[in-house]
Amino acid sequence: MGTLTIGCFASLVGSKSLDFTLKLAKAAVDKGHHVNLWLSSNATIIGKAHQKHLKDYSHAEKYVRELLEKGVEICECEACALARGIQKTEAIEGVQWSAMHWYLAKIYNSDRVVHIGGE
Amino acid sequence: MSVIDLGFIIQRPPYKSETATLGFTHAISYQVVDILLDDGQGVNPKVCIVGEGVLCCLSGQKAMENYGVTSLESHIKNALLVDLDLYVCKEDLERFGITEDKLIDAEDMGADKKLQIVPLGEIQKILNNTKHILAF
Repeated sequence: MGTLTIGCFASLVGSKSLDFTLKLAKAAVDKGHHVNLWLSSNATIIGKAHQKHLKDYSHAEKYVRELLEKGVEICECEACALARGIQKTEAIEGVQWSAMHWYLAKIYNSDRVVHIGGE
Repeated sequence: MSVIDLGFIIQRPPYKSETATLGFTHAISYQVVDILLDDGQGVNPKVCIVGEGVLCCLSGQKAMENYGVTSLESHIKNALLVDLDLYVCKEDLERFGITEDKLIDAEDMGADKKLQIVPLGEIQKILNNTKHILAF
């Protein structure tokens, strides 16, 4: 089995790209691959706990927790999160916080990379 | 134990979104990636600037004055200063009527590297030789 690193820069609300990213990660890990997930820019919203599931909007927290349980490494850009008012104290437990070199290091050790831009 | 080439495509214009900035900042972060890798391992970014992305390369940007943010000019100068290879598409520069004298130069900061103006065909060859490609 291989290692897949996914980078996502899209927001949870206003785009379906982040929703797609989570489902892609789940499909890959369910097939036995190791998956790394890097969240930057507007995608950092995903790491915030206590998201309310309103049926008109995509919902991520449940999927994030499920991916973490399956061994997916999830990391978000600390600067991007802080710039958006997201604090570490309100982050989902298990989601790592780091900087862009984390993404490059995971890419180094990956068989495939899927980079999903924000705009 | 090796250093891999990683392709970065910068194709978005400056200031319309965060995208182009993120492309440069991700590329510049190669400087510290070795702290997460084993000895001898590393990443060598090849930054290819195409399409509306070539607008990022204009000198004289006033982003701090107008938006209160670091300019793309500053990011590009920093990228040159840390010896990144930055390739700018010749055809796209011509399409926007941008001549070489209007482009950013980091010589004043002591950079050895310069923006390299190359034909699209050359950029395709460069990207073909990278292990992975990230498009911003």
